[in-house]
Amino acid sequence: MPDFRLDDDLEALRKTVAEFAHEVVAPVIGDFYEREEFPYDIVRQMGEMGLFGLPFPEEYGGMGGDYFALCVTLEELARVDSSVAITLEAAVSLGAMPIYRFGTEAQKREWLPALCAGEALGAFGLTEPAGGSDAGATQSTARLDGDSWVINGTKAFITNAGTDITSVITVTAVTGESGARKEISSIIVPAGTPGLTVGKKYSKVGWNASDTRELSFVDVRVPAANLVGEQGRGYAQFLSILDEGRIAIAALGVGLAQGCLDESLRYSREREAFGAPIATNQAIAFKLADMEVRAHTARLAYYDAAARMTRGEPFKRQAAIAKLYSSQVAVDNAREATQIHGGYGFMNEFPVARMWRDAKVLEIGEGTSEVQRMLIARDLGVDGP
Amino acid sequence: MNIVVCVKQVPDTWSEKKLNPADNTLDRGATDPVMNEMDEYAVEEALRLQEASGGEVTVLCMGPESATETVRKALSMGADKAIHVLDDGLHGSDALATSLALSKALGTTSYDLVLLGSESSDARMSVIPAMLAERLGLPQLTFAKEVTVAADGGSVTIKRLTDEGYQVVEASLPAVVSVVEKINEPRYPSFKGIMAAKKKPVETLSLADLGVDGGDVGTAGASSAVESFETAPPRQAGTVVKDEGDGTVGAQKLVEFLAGKKFV
Ligand SMILES: Cc1cc2nc3c(=O)[nH]c(=O)nc-3n(C[C@H](O)[C@H](O)[C@H](O)COP(=O)(O)OP(=O)(O)OC[C@H]3O[C@@H](n4cnc5c(N)ncnc54)[C@H](O)[C@@H]3O)c2cc1C
Repeated sequence: MPDFRLDDDLEALRKTVAEFAHEVVAPVIGDFYEREEFPYDIVRQMGEMGLFGLPFPEEYGGMGGDYFALCVTLEELARVDSSVAITLEAAVSLGAMPIYRFGTEAQKREWLPALCAGEALGAFGLTEPAGGSDAGATQSTARLDGDSWVINGTKAFITNAGTDITSVITVTAVTGESGARKEISSIIVPAGTPGLTVGKKYSKVGWNASDTRELSFVDVRVPAANLVGEQGRGYAQFLSILDEGRIAIAALGVGLAQGCLDESLRYSREREAFGAPIATNQAIAFKLADMEVRAHTARLAYYDAAARMTRGEPFKRQAAIAKLYSSQVAVDNAREATQIHGGYGFMNEFPVARMWRDAKVLEIGEGTSEVQRMLIARDLGVDGP
Repeated sequence: MNIVVCVKQVPDTWSEKKLNPADNTLDRGATDPVMNEMDEYAVEEALRLQEASGGEVTVLCMGPESATETVRKALSMGADKAIHVLDDGLHGSDALATSLALSKALGTTSYDLVLLGSESSDARMSVIPAMLAERLGLPQLTFAKEVTVAADGGSVTIKRLTDEGYQVVEASLPAVVSVVEKINEPRYPSFKGIMAAKKKPVETLSLADLGVDGGDVGTAGASSAVESFETAPPRQAGTVVKDEGDGTVGAQKLVEFLAGKKFV
């Protein structure tokens, strides 16, 4: 019999993170968001709880948990705030994971302990100004010169790229050509390497307490040993990293969808119109019911994908389904939550306004909804271009 | 130095509490149970003292089956082992009975220091630390906002919070110390701690194990009983302090109000 409940360990983790989110994040995050400021102190405390090391083994400073534990954590954080959730998601599944999965022993020993402790943040630079969905069209280049890589190019929209504690950025770059196909590799670039310019923060619609920047590389030299995995396997590697990351983004979407419901339930029971709480109107009650249906079904979708992944089974299709569906659900619930809050829902000081602004990017980052549909269709055997 | 920390499971502080009309005791099934907040500070302090001077931290909890969750939380924060006093006969115990059961349970283990929160968020009587010390014949230091154990392990000094400031109080060990929230910032359990907690020993003791007579505890042994209860009246409108003229009158009134309520 399939069982969709969390086991005792995950349930205890979920409760702990929920407590942390309510006690530590909720009271202050609105101000960080308003000031577009990175919440270093919150990140430090998340580090002390071991959240950045969740899916990594203890020998590298991790918690010895799995990806499911990370997803449950992301859901509970995003239930209160998406900026801190995406900071964790990007740091773990985009920053540290490629080094853990494909790095050499020396690379793991050098970078993972600080990343697992949350004392340092990692970033992953794939997207370029000229394109993200078509990752094979990468234009950045890395040329081997003696025992160094020399990297040139620009990366766009990179999360965690420019915080005070960013230690490492793994970038994808063209390292050669095999036939008509570009050969793409991933290379570790330590923060502060000469020639690497970290752009100023983008002015974003949402995720305003997270760090997103453009990076430019002009003759950036790093040791040849900074290659991650095999040369020319970079493309396949980051595709597999993105498959996993989709489950994490799905968890984030479910958290946001649930947070919208939490806020709306509370508000609609208190707010009165025409002499009664607005929740007593069927029009509002049905919205709440639909919000619950969406959050619940999206949660089942990501639980399934995460369970397959942690069991070592194929999960690509399920990850795409979960990501596609929960990002849509997040947008839908955010829209309805704002509606239920009326004019207050349009005021930034209300959490639902923040959620509304944070929801949309879930349909864009780590593979747009169109890309998810392409993946699912391809997996069904109806191939696109 | 071995420390025993007493922890209690209580209904979530933020939830609406209900009494059970059948026996006028708190309906513990009606709300999400959590560890009494003040006890988290006691656990944290025990762990900090342990980090500084070694020894073992034992959690002591009296409560129903569901309290295993609170025990496990303390273990996942880092305590080494636990004693859970669990017996249906304890249902409805008052403070006297609770202190009796706890003192008997303490008799089954060795310790240099007993730490407790100053009060529980459900009953809010603040009497258990004193009753426990009395039953054990130990010195009691209450409302500690700072705890220091002498290097030789022979005595403990606290800063005892008062309305005006604090007093420095010292006692020989073993002793019973209750702490207030000002003392520290409790840690959140890490996932490693959560997983490790499962493997830590929890000893479950019944009234018979403790040699406590069933007639001395529970509803039967309670020296006070709740005769009846009613729901609290809805909150009344607050008082508006109007500021007249240059602001000093309003400010004066506010200060008087706050001082009267002991907020300042
Ligand atoms: C806040 C934020 C943080 C980010 N963090 C990172 C990061 O840390 N690292 C990183 O590498 N990237 C990051 N990104 C980039 C993100 O992954 C890309 O924006 C995303 O993959 C889409 O790429 P694009 O913006 O170039 O859009 P494009 O690829 O130009 O797509 C534009 C539109 O065309 C559609 N489209 C494209 N191709 C097709 C097709 N074949 N069929 C149908 N429709 C198609 C897309 O779905 C989309 O709607 C981040 C983005 C944001 C906004």
